Amino acid sequence: METPMALLSGLFFAASFYLLLSRALIPLLLGVALLGNGVNLLILTAGRLGRALPPIAPEGAMAPLAGSANPLPQALILTAIVIGFSLFAVLLVLAARGSAALRTDDTDQMRLAEPRGEARPDDAY
Amino acid sequence: MQTLLMAPLITYLVGAALTLVLPRGRLVVAVGLSALVSALAGLILANVLRFGPVAVTMGNWIPPFGITFAADAVSAGFLLVAALVATALLLALTLERPAQHPALAPLILMVMAGVSGAFFTADLFNLYVWFEVILIASFALFALGGAARDLDATLKYGVLNLIGTTIFLIALGLTYGSFGTLNMADLARAVPKAPLTLQLGVAALMILGFGTKAALFPVQAWLPASYHVPHPALSALFGALLTKVGVYALFRVMSLVFPGLLSPFAPLLTASVVLTLIVAPLGALSEPNLRRATGFLVIGGIGAAVSGLVIATPAGFTGGLLYGLQAMAVLASLYLLIGRVEARDDSPILRALVLLLLLSLAGVPPLPGFWPKLILIEAGLRVGGYGSVVAVALFINAALTLIAVARLYTANAWASPPTEQPRLGLVIPALAGALALSLGLIPAPLIALAEAGGRALSDPSAYSAAIGLFEAAP
Repeated sequence: METPMALLSGLFFAASFYLLLSRALIPLLLGVALLGNGVNLLILTAGRLGRALPPIAPEGAMAPLAGSANPLPQALILTAIVIGFSLFAVLLVLAARGSAALRTDDTDQMRLAEPRGEARPDDAY
Repeated sequence: MQTLLMAPLITYLVGAALTLVLPRGRLVVAVGLSALVSALAGLILANVLRFGPVAVTMGNWIPPFGITFAADAVSAGFLLVAALVATALLLALTLERPAQHPALAPLILMVMAGVSGAFFTADLFNLYVWFEVILIASFALFALGGAARDLDATLKYGVLNLIGTTIFLIALGLTYGSFGTLNMADLARAVPKAPLTLQLGVAALMILGFGTKAALFPVQAWLPASYHVPHPALSALFGALLTKVGVYALFRVMSLVFPGLLSPFAPLLTASVVLTLIVAPLGALSEPNLRRATGFLVIGGIGAAVSGLVIATPAGFTGGLLYGLQAMAVLASLYLLIGRVEARDDSPILRALVLLLLLSLAGVPPLPGFWPKLILIEAGLRVGGYGSVVAVALFINAALTLIAVARLYTANAWASPPTEQPRLGLVIPALAGALALSLGLIPAPLIALAEAGGRALSDPSAYSAAIGLFEAAP
């Protein structure tokens, strides 16, 4: 089960990197969202995908049953999802406000902070 | 003492919540809290220098099962300088008229909470959380102006940094999957037993993630796109602290968790450091805007600090840490003073301080930037190999930075006629600049601190011992 999941998260990464290369804001943000989900899948897979065995040690044993999934990555993912989601929400608002204010969604045209063709400092200083 | 480790973080977190509900006097409270944290950090640092590293694990769990906070000379030293810098710039903001945006104080305290968490945590996932705390608070600070130019800068800063932290998160998933732990001291024990390819893959992703945070070439583009846009005091906050958190994480993780990988990664790190050292001042050379050019010089300094990691001897670590520590003070005060230049303030003191601080970035003796470069070049030449490559690059960087700085100073704002300004705004920036410059004339205390840090990084056994890992019965 781990192999197809690893391939799936690889597919997520590939798609997200393709989208991140886009100049338009919306595909870029979709790439960010996809990247976060790819990572979540990766962490889930890294914690083993068990067959519904509870990660609880039986009475008298020192360790949980062999083959049970590790619960910690699931707690990690929960944190990562919350953080990723809130950051993505902030980015979406920023993108909406930004593209309205800059009158473009092409990141190459967003040059207010980095103006093109400014006068160079005098060469004969 | 152990509980004291949590005090800086808690003070900043409580401060952020408190200042959010205060009707007025938010900045004054923030200044007080930041000064309190400086005192706490000084106390922790004195204790750590005297008795060695300390650690505390949340919820009384036995490490590696709980989240551990630990402090050694490196983390406590960085926090002390960071808290002092924050105090200075909050004080400068307090004296500024007209009054600033009401959300400024809580957001700055939130950034500082993230910074203090990042410096003290000994758990990699927790480090990721603090990175995100810093990121989301700095998003808001960048966008606070609300003009199209602010949003432009925020978008570029936000997207590129979010990708950087996500790459770090990928590394974390693989770390836990392959080594079964996230506690740094436990990882130091588990990593060498794993296959080398696995170690290399995970470490490469971490270097890429931390490198993005630190603005190392070729993942530095977000910095000159954004740092010059917000209020100058915020430029000071970001220029002094954000990239240094990345540098700290790089030093801590590489020296503690992956010490065996420093030599396989030396060619890669050398290439990145050399290009950072050379490309950054070239950017500053072609940039007419003083504040934006300073952003490029920040990147050059990151190259100098990380060259300590390439050299990787105690002296190399010392030089890298010393560069980071003095750069925090120098850059924060420089950005504050540039704010006065942009407000068309003009006085001989302002000009002299700006010139001296710019020259310090080039490493002119006896300014603060000179000492770490001296230590780094000496250590690099002594090691030879890649060490001498970065030593030569440091020389080239110093020459290029000197040209860029001279050109910036002569070609800049002085040409335009100054306006009448209330001189009160200059007091704190000038004091901060003078204090930062005094680090060059009296370098011994900071060098001693960096040396203690260099020793701690090259032999992390005391740090690991303080964390006190659970030993499985044989």
